[in-house]
Amino acid sequence: MRLAAIAGVAAILGIVACSPSRPTHAVVRDTSQRKHAPDFALKDANGKLVHLTDYQGKVVLLDFWATWCGPCKVEIPWFMEFQRKYKDRGFEVLGVSMDDDGWKAITPFVEQKKINYRVVLGDDKTGDQYGGLEALPTTFVIDRNGRIAAVHVGLAGKKDFSDAIEKLLEDRALPAGGNSIRSDGADAHHRAGTHG
Amino acid sequence: MAPTLTIAPVPTVKAHKGAVAVVSFKAALPPGFHANSNTPTDAYLIPLTLKWTGGPLQADGITYPKAAQEKYSFSEKPLSVVTGEFSISTKFKVPADAPSGPAAQNGTLRYQACNDRMCFAPKTVPVTVALDIE
Repeated sequence: MRLAAIAGVAAILGIVACSPSRPTHAVVRDTSQRKHAPDFALKDANGKLVHLTDYQGKVVLLDFWATWCGPCKVEIPWFMEFQRKYKDRGFEVLGVSMDDDGWKAITPFVEQKKINYRVVLGDDKTGDQYGGLEALPTTFVIDRNGRIAAVHVGLAGKKDFSDAIEKLLEDRALPAGGNSIRSDGADAHHRAGTHG
Repeated sequence: MAPTLTIAPVPTVKAHKGAVAVVSFKAALPPGFHANSNTPTDAYLIPLTLKWTGGPLQADGITYPKAAQEKYSFSEKPLSVVTGEFSISTKFKVPADAPSGPAAQNGTLRYQACNDRMCFAPKTVPVTVALDIE
């Protein structure tokens, strides 16, 4: 299974601890409270490696989902709408499928739903980097500087997402070199002894 | 935490050589959670699946619990699910040449659980039945 046994989403994000069986509706946290989004290298349907750092400077909605996850299917049409609506403003949706059966399961689903954003196949390592992902959907909203601004575990409200995206799109990115997406798992700002 | 499906201990089953033995066991999910039945309504959903993987008996038909049709906030149509406590029965043929005495029949039960807002990774739990072959 691509999902780790123990959920650590709360730990990695520093959100208020709660039962993973209950949805979390995290608001967009202050920039000083945001932690870096771990980078990853995952393949898309064409076998092309996709890194989170490819999205540097953009607001990213990172959705961990699976074809067998009913609540995930509710959110996907919203994310397709967001992709259309906000793409020109520097926004991208990136779906990370946690299906054990890989593209055999994902490809027909993506074609059937006409998903208009990039989907990559997740793995245990990435799941661990993002806190274990005990429950799906788990969705991270990442700011232009590669920091996690909000996380939703479980089916969230469409407006929760759109409000977060709108707010983050209004924010400016840090100057060049200030992006905190790192491939070594370290937080750039913390390493540099700075915050926010 | 993700819901854990628990399987109640199964009393030792007496199996007579050359006859049929029926083995039933009870499983349970915590309140508020469901698992797809063995015949889910959507091809993408992961069915409840019992597999017998080892032992002296030959499985000759599995009877899954009667599914409930339940509506959840994330589904437009009712889903075919199991909830709470349920039983699964298996009819076995006992080979005439099966060794006499104690033995074990081993299997696995795969399930994938959700509540009304999120889903949890598919899990596979072991099922072991003690046998007394006569």
